Amino acid sequence: MKSISPLPLQAPFDHPAIRDQFPALKQTLGDHPLCYLDTAATSQKPQAVIDTMNEYYQLNNANVHRAAHQLSARATSQYEAVRQQVGHFINAAKPQEIIFTHGTTESINMVAYGLTAQLQANDIILIDTAAHHANIVPWQELAKRTGAIIKPIPLTANAQLDLTAYEQLLQSKPKLVALCHVSNALGTVNPINDLIAQAKNAGALTLVDGAQAIAHLDIDVQRIDCDFYVFSGHKMYGPTGVGILYGRFGQLDALTPMLTGGEMIKTVSFDRTEYGEVPNRLEAGTPAIAEVIGLGAAITFLQGLPRQDIAAHEQQLMAYLQQQLLSLGDITLYGIADNPLQNNIGSVAFNLANEHHQDVGILLDQQAVAVRCGHHCAMPLMSDLNLAGCCRASIGIYTNKQDIDQFIHALITVKELLL
Amino acid sequence: MTQISATNTPESQLFISLPAELSTAVTQIEQAKNWQEKYRHIMLLGKQLPTLADEFKQADAQVKGCESQAWLYHHQHNGQHFYLADSDARIVKGLIAILLVATQGKTTEQISQFEVTQYFDTLGLSGQLSPSRTNGLNALAEAIKRHAKESVT
Repeated sequence: MKSISPLPLQAPFDHPAIRDQFPALKQTLGDHPLCYLDTAATSQKPQAVIDTMNEYYQLNNANVHRAAHQLSARATSQYEAVRQQVGHFINAAKPQEIIFTHGTTESINMVAYGLTAQLQANDIILIDTAAHHANIVPWQELAKRTGAIIKPIPLTANAQLDLTAYEQLLQSKPKLVALCHVSNALGTVNPINDLIAQAKNAGALTLVDGAQAIAHLDIDVQRIDCDFYVFSGHKMYGPTGVGILYGRFGQLDALTPMLTGGEMIKTVSFDRTEYGEVPNRLEAGTPAIAEVIGLGAAITFLQGLPRQDIAAHEQQLMAYLQQQLLSLGDITLYGIADNPLQNNIGSVAFNLANEHHQDVGILLDQQAVAVRCGHHCAMPLMSDLNLAGCCRASIGIYTNKQDIDQFIHALITVKELLL
Repeated sequence: MTQISATNTPESQLFISLPAELSTAVTQIEQAKNWQEKYRHIMLLGKQLPTLADEFKQADAQVKGCESQAWLYHHQHNGQHFYLADSDARIVKGLIAILLVATQGKTTEQISQFEVTQYFDTLGLSGQLSPSRTNGLNALAEAIKRHAKESVT
């Protein structure tokens, strides 16, 4: 696909200029500038994404795939161009392997529902103990429908996937292995290429939840070699309401559609309805057109930046954040790898002494620091860590050292109030 | 209403008027010079509220909508409403105490007329009451009002 859309010319690394493109970050809350450290929940949007969606509604708004008029033709070609763009972005073999969904959750649900006919009683599904609920509950429902058995892959003491236990579990010849690429709660990174290769050798279908990876890592689905890779637009500087289901074409083609209706059919009669081809077969109804086009703008934005410099910048910030937190004292960090090659990405999870994470969150909020406090939609992980919850500070492309300093300064004040 | 018979403590000893200092503490919250002082007073107020024994931390007394855990019990005596509440988070417990100062021992009519939003506005805490907050304060305020309304015979 590399020939289809050449990469935009990359600008030299100018971090203030990158941050400047995010209007939401320019506000102050009370006496403090907004310190947004909740990118893992949703990223802020660059002006280019906002403008693109605005322009779509002002000039090109029409339904897609019914191009009897010029507006619809424009909307359709913009929409389909994003399919190509996403395919190129993650190196899919062809654009038909890209399905537009409403987000990661819907993508996983579509796979879990779509595989119902392919699973039988006592088939084994391996899931990641660190998974987000979106990568747990759809499999539980699939297990209910089919009689399949769910087995969680345990974690080591510092919350990394237990590779020995994983190898043992693979000996039971699971039908499906669902992993996360980067944990949403802890920012831990799975060695995904190896894990998928092992699962494939054991004959399993594989799905990777890339929601927390897509904004931080270069994703090459052919290199990862998974059957399905899923992510959301809103965590990669794009709009909410759009997500991606990548699937190997043969695997997508074998899924039973979860949604049926318009757009996904070839012919409909009261005797017999024939479904259309993938990708349309898996995109029933009018899609989130403006959001898809906005996602395209987010990818163009990302591709215009020097990604290696961004990755280095984020890595430096993460190290600084972890080090500053630890130097505060009375801070426990969770899921920090011993192996520096497995450095956490995007998120740092912590608690302050024995204080309730919600108290910490409320007091940080008073100082315009936005972090997430809770179970992070990963209750099995929290229970594995023996925690009621924790705080999570997460960074993005726009985060700078001043954000970390403001956060640490605010946390010192919280500490003075609570301890 | 939630049963509290799990304990041997007589109801009359559980549901009591709050110490007068608590009302003073609420005034201190209102007059706090800055947010730090405000939240320090909120936590101090929470500390003055009795702690529920583990046997009272029952799922059916739990108030939904809190990221932290919060429990609420209600008792009506001689036309007055009494509440017993606790939370595992200190600020939430303080916010609960603020609610109880305004509602403890009040009549059904007084509680139905109680303007929660206005009350928290006056204290400079309007943001904390929003239903979109995970501190559960809005749910607690609604539960306090609902208990009073539903217990009318």
